[in-house]
Amino acid sequence: MAAEKTALAKAINESLRHALETDPKVLVMGEDVGKLGGVFRVTDGLQKDFGESRVIDTPLAESGIVGTAIGLALRGYRPVVEIQFDGFVFPAYDQIVTQLAKMHARSLGKVKLPVVVRIPYGGGIGAVEHHSESPESLFAHVSGLKVVSPSDASDAYWMMQQAIQSDDPVIFFEPKRRYWDKAEVNTEAIPGPLHKARVVREGTDLTLAAYGPMVKLCREAADAAAEEGKSLEVVDLRSVSPLDFDTVQTSVEKTRRLVVVHEAPVFFGSGAEIAARITERCFYHLEAPVLRVGGYHAPYPPARLEEEYLPGLDRVLDAVDRALAY
Amino acid sequence: MTVESTAAHKPRRSAGTKSTAGRRTTAKKPTGAEPDLVQLLTPEGARVKNAEFDKYVAGITPEDLRGLYRDMVLTRRFDAEATALQRQGELGLWASLLGQEAAQIGSGRALRDDDYVFPTYREHGVAWCRGVDPTNLLGMFRGVNHGGWDPNTNNFHLYTIVIGSQTLHATGYAMGITKDGADSAVIAYFGDGASSQGDVAESFTFSAVYNAPVVFFCQNNQWAISEPTEKQTRVPLYQRAQGFGFPGVRVDGNDVLACLAVTRWALERARSGEGPTLVEAYTYRMGAHTTSDDPTKYRADEEREAWEAKDPILRLRAHLESAHHTDEGFFAELEAESEALGRRVREAVRAMPDPDHFAIFENVYADGHALVDEERAQFAAYQASFADAEGGK
Repeated sequence: MAAEKTALAKAINESLRHALETDPKVLVMGEDVGKLGGVFRVTDGLQKDFGESRVIDTPLAESGIVGTAIGLALRGYRPVVEIQFDGFVFPAYDQIVTQLAKMHARSLGKVKLPVVVRIPYGGGIGAVEHHSESPESLFAHVSGLKVVSPSDASDAYWMMQQAIQSDDPVIFFEPKRRYWDKAEVNTEAIPGPLHKARVVREGTDLTLAAYGPMVKLCREAADAAAEEGKSLEVVDLRSVSPLDFDTVQTSVEKTRRLVVVHEAPVFFGSGAEIAARITERCFYHLEAPVLRVGGYHAPYPPARLEEEYLPGLDRVLDAVDRALAY
Repeated sequence: MTVESTAAHKPRRSAGTKSTAGRRTTAKKPTGAEPDLVQLLTPEGARVKNAEFDKYVAGITPEDLRGLYRDMVLTRRFDAEATALQRQGELGLWASLLGQEAAQIGSGRALRDDDYVFPTYREHGVAWCRGVDPTNLLGMFRGVNHGGWDPNTNNFHLYTIVIGSQTLHATGYAMGITKDGADSAVIAYFGDGASSQGDVAESFTFSAVYNAPVVFFCQNNQWAISEPTEKQTRVPLYQRAQGFGFPGVRVDGNDVLACLAVTRWALERARSGEGPTLVEAYTYRMGAHTTSDDPTKYRADEEREAWEAKDPILRLRAHLESAHHTDEGFFAELEAESEALGRRVREAVRAMPDPDHFAIFENVYADGHALVDEERAQFAAYQASFADAEGGK
């Protein structure tokens, strides 16, 4: 039959359902994840089918959610916790950074904490304050954590499976403005390792590197540039920590130019790390400095200003032009 | 006493009925002991009857009492040795439990093997009860690791330094016990300072909502480094439980028998599906916060002297002697055992090797991480460059 397309949010839902079905130790926890199915309906119907003991509506306390998930993991469970919005994660930041990230190392490897922290992140949905942020760098900076972000429904399905199976804590950033974007999901074949980047469009003149919500934008930018006769390669990084620098390096050795795009502020963002490492690895290949397009060093603005704050097609193409002008 | 259900709990011990909030305009030092304090042995070692808690130690034998005494003496000896080792430069830091032996041994000996302990960084007496080798506790204080024992060997989690965090881990673990249908229980240790942490409040909320089998054992040792308890609370700490819907009780933390009885009661509640309990063990930190601290800057000698009269070990010794449960041979043997323990710990610490340099990169991740591999290789190459240079000379 013709492949049916699935929305990204629904793909995560199906992935969680599969995990709950196949592993009795998997739990889903968070605020409003039960009857309501989560504010984005990512956990829709799961409590009805798996019960309140496995799909757990928690008190509204993020530190408590992650802290108790750690305890459940110590008891042998594999909790998948939802932080309702990006800007709500900071009450849990201490538990994530101080406890979740370090316990494997400080136990000399005796303790494993297979906890997935799901965070719908990023802007573009016209939300109020604290509902549109991109804090991935704050987690990538912390050893002991793995940080990933799918860009489409197929990756969302599979990367969630792989995150749940990981014996390390994984911060799973879900591109909330792409929740309703549909794609084919082949639930039979794993597309590849969790932390491997993927070239999603081949090109020869410049590489665009992005993850999560910005991959779609970069594809659109490549389409627009093609009309002007410029051939852009697009790399979907998929994982921020670890970051697959080899794939980026291979691409940049071919195109000799790199622009990194993310919604998070540019200053100390993942683009800075990519620029530094690719400069080191590809110094004699580069024809231009690595450029970055991202948010500004200002609080995420009110919704009516977010189009100015977020990287858009024109800002990406402007950076492409600047890189090609060297 | 009869075991009360959470819903039916009368604020008999959690006597928060006299609303303090409405009347006072300034915080007052939390009320001291009586009449709320559960005590089975007076500071002079006399057994006092307690209608509610006697039954939890009804079967205790002279041998059991001698065992508790031995535990406290050996724990204190170990603690003194560790303090001395810090002074000699063998340890970077030590957090002494001096004065808190009864709270830790009493509660620690109430536990079953399948129960799970979440300690702070001062629970050396509880570790002793769990069978953790005392020398293993010293690795983190010497700086050779961050915790040198497998938590699952003795169901004794690693020491937690950021105060209060472990109460949530304990609660989550207890929620897991419930899901497993087991009748084990969890005990979470924390202090008067940690009682102010949001994580402790959240752990009370979660454990109450999920009726988790966890005992919150707060050792109120009166001082959070330099801050007295009245800087943390304006109600006695045990009364906090009432607002969360579970019982709280204050026990004489220098009375090992009372600590044993009250913890057994709380564990029984947990096992029988009645959810969490808060135990406030009212005690005193006789020494400094750690070896880096100087308590003469913030508290009076008289206070310490007053607590010396309530010493947990002297109290039980007085009781044992007046009941003729011991003879001189017992004390002499214990003295020899203490010195042997001190010697063993001293020798073990001095023989403790520094970790291999590459330990930095070990166990950062369970499933590996490309960057860690890359940096380990760079580090190895850097280290090897010195060997090459030396070899070339």
